[in-house]
Amino acid sequence: MRATAGALLALLLLGAAPAPAPLRVCADPNNLPFSNARGEGFENRIAELLARELGTRVEYTWWAQRRGLVRHTLAAGACDLLVGVPAGWDPVLATRPYYRSTYVFAWRRDRALDVRSLDDPRLRTLRVGVQLIGDNGVNTPPAHALARRGIVQNVRGYPIYGDYARPSPAAPILHAVADDEIDVAVVWGPLAGYFADRLTTPLAFAPVTPAIDPPGLRFTFAMAAGVRKGDTPLRDRLQAALDRRADDVRAILDAYAVPRVEQP
Amino acid sequence: MQISVPGAQEIVDWWNAGRCRHRRRVAALGVALLVALLTIIVAVHSDHHALAAVGEDGQWLRAAGDYASTRYSPLAQITAANVRQLRPAWSFSTGVARGHEAAPLVVGDTMYVVTPYPNVVYALDLRAGGGTVRWKYEPKPAAAAQGVACCDVVNRGAAYADGRVVFNTLDAHTIAVDARTGRELWNTKLGEINRGETMTMAPLIVRDRVLVGNSGGELGVRGWLAGLDLATGAVAWRAYSTGPDRDVLIGRAFRPFYAADRVPNLGVTTWPAEAWRIGGGTMWGWISYDPELDLVYHGTGNPGPWNPDQRPGDNKWTSAIFARRPATGEAVWAYQLSPHDLHDYDGINEQILLDLDIKGRRRKVLVRPDRNGYVYVMDRATGEVLSATPFAHVNTSKGVDLATGQLSLNDEKTPVLGKVVRDICPAAPGAKDWQPSAWSPRTGLLYVPHQNLCMDVEAVETGYIAGTPFVGMNVRMYSGPGGHRGEVTAWDPVNARAAWKLKEPFPVWSGALATAGDVVFYGTMDRWFKAVDAKTGELLWRFQTASGIIGQPITYRGPDGKQYVAVLDGVGGWAGAIVSGDLDPRDTGAALGFVNAMRDLPAHTPKGGTLWVFALP
Repeated sequence: MRATAGALLALLLLGAAPAPAPLRVCADPNNLPFSNARGEGFENRIAELLARELGTRVEYTWWAQRRGLVRHTLAAGACDLLVGVPAGWDPVLATRPYYRSTYVFAWRRDRALDVRSLDDPRLRTLRVGVQLIGDNGVNTPPAHALARRGIVQNVRGYPIYGDYARPSPAAPILHAVADDEIDVAVVWGPLAGYFADRLTTPLAFAPVTPAIDPPGLRFTFAMAAGVRKGDTPLRDRLQAALDRRADDVRAILDAYAVPRVEQP
Repeated sequence: MQISVPGAQEIVDWWNAGRCRHRRRVAALGVALLVALLTIIVAVHSDHHALAAVGEDGQWLRAAGDYASTRYSPLAQITAANVRQLRPAWSFSTGVARGHEAAPLVVGDTMYVVTPYPNVVYALDLRAGGGTVRWKYEPKPAAAAQGVACCDVVNRGAAYADGRVVFNTLDAHTIAVDARTGRELWNTKLGEINRGETMTMAPLIVRDRVLVGNSGGELGVRGWLAGLDLATGAVAWRAYSTGPDRDVLIGRAFRPFYAADRVPNLGVTTWPAEAWRIGGGTMWGWISYDPELDLVYHGTGNPGPWNPDQRPGDNKWTSAIFARRPATGEAVWAYQLSPHDLHDYDGINEQILLDLDIKGRRRKVLVRPDRNGYVYVMDRATGEVLSATPFAHVNTSKGVDLATGQLSLNDEKTPVLGKVVRDICPAAPGAKDWQPSAWSPRTGLLYVPHQNLCMDVEAVETGYIAGTPFVGMNVRMYSGPGGHRGEVTAWDPVNARAAWKLKEPFPVWSGALATAGDVVFYGTMDRWFKAVDAKTGELLWRFQTASGIIGQPITYRGPDGKQYVAVLDGVGGWAGAIVSGDLDPRDTGAALGFVNAMRDLPAHTPKGGTLWVFALP
């Protein structure tokens, strides 16, 4: 009897202070400004904000953003949330987008280049950097847009995955601008926003226009949070948290100077 | 017999000549080089017995069997007449359930097996009639390499010479272990997974050189072939596939057959500025060696990571064949099979070295069944294309001009931005991928395992967002004409025509093996290991294994004097990633579009990793 009562007491004590399930997040340990293992990226900050709002803490599984990401993370049950995915991305169940950014032209602030359009004739002679993925015919939209205009001989490519042994493997294209190895880089906005004031020379940047290059090349994308397909309860809780803390999310994105655009 | 393979006597002749050449060089060179050369001579000398061991003694010392890459065995206990009695003698689980593309090796009374990642090496003692583990070596490659590898985490096998078993790891190390003890002798890091480089190919050992190359062409990796010292693992030379001649090891000895190729620094000038630096041309396939000409032959992978419209020019030397000196890596000739590749047609397939009567003239030829769908018959001394004939359904090109060596493209099948281009044949894996052919000097036929796939390509559906999970796969593969996805073609390279063809429901992703018993062996992804008549293709025998087969069958004479046939099962690779990588069959763009063609594979095979050894009763 006494043993049973003790067990019952223990059960009651546990029930009185339930350890809330952590928010299990998969994130890239080396992909600033998005995330890193030290929690310095804006997706780290948003994950922490969401966890606090859900009354728990973040538990990370680190996985580089490569081919097979969803298969090795959400689908494998290693985690329940990817903080930044394209809105409507098919492999996941996504929230509504919480920001929309754009590819930008970036140049040294001490040079008044002010490139804004893919049709700027100077793009034929300037040294231009683009990011490459090279995955069977698909690269970043700026690479395609320039090639379609016949602008190739003066274009340098920077593999998106870079040298993963170094911090911020995607940054070399912006270092190349700062170091005057190229004149202008066409990069995804959050990268330019974050690094513009963190290089040897500050950079200026402006959104790529046109925002949609006929016949259908897009330069603006909306980003959302993604959970495993079918996990509607978690998605709905995250959506509610994002809605309640929309101002804080905006403040985090501002702190990282993430360029944002309205729906085109 | 009009057809022969470079034989044992030629190898011995070469050996004697080679030693004399080395001695003369020693006399002519300065004191500073003496030490290095003496090291080479000692290594060459100690390798003597390995060269003598090629072929006839019933061993299997390298993935392709012999230096000519024939995968032909003179063993003839198992014949077309008795193969129906073949039955499993023993089996062994590797404990790894990923795609097993390797060939087992047999040296004396020991079999060596290297697994996919984590690249475990087993030495199996054959003396007791089965396979008893003598030792096991675990290199423990970096787990992150799995996320970099493009197409499953395969390994294509080890190589043996001079008491050493040499193999590559997925995280880009080449390792030599003592064949008797499994003790690590040397371990050389050759590539950087953090920059997208992996290694999956089977090394080839020529005298004191271990030849290895890298994988990862889609990730901005610059391709290379390296020559390592067999004794120490030190890198003696590295020949890049792109860039200035000094990097490609093109020097004064370089004499490509076609005049247009005799221009300096084509590895730079056939690209937009600087694009060659990340231009691809990796070397994850096969190397052959002709001891008489003292030339190794190897291919190069497709250009990357640039899309075709971002890299105007021929993009040399991607999707090409090189002839090089094994000692120095120096290029002697090169020929580009698919200039300015549009369709991911890597040029890494096998080179089978044969002596054939072509148009009434005895020629030392190199036969290459290429990913672009043509069988090339080339003069291997000069690099001249003697014939290039489609062995599968091809509509991306219209033929090869033998005067210029140029492939004539079909512009209708060029990917165009924002437009779906349908019915591109062959699909991205080509008419034939890495899976190696076998040659029988008895039939004069090359047995080519391959696929029959076409694809639709839409260049840019939604675009990629740099630094975030990417969007939009845009390649869909499906079966080619006839509805079957795989074929085995028996090809007559003298008359440039197919003698017969077998159809298989799935791509034939395994290697082939030919024997003096006039039997050809191959495996299927739906778990059948098959023996067919080398003359007619008639199915003589089949056995259902535990998992689908994408490995390379071999044959050997056991310590008991009996002939055995061995093959690894374990479905996977690019074609079988839907099973080995648990891909979602609804995700038609997965595995770069291959999943669409393989949605029914999971119903036919589970994952696995088992060595099967067969013998007559």
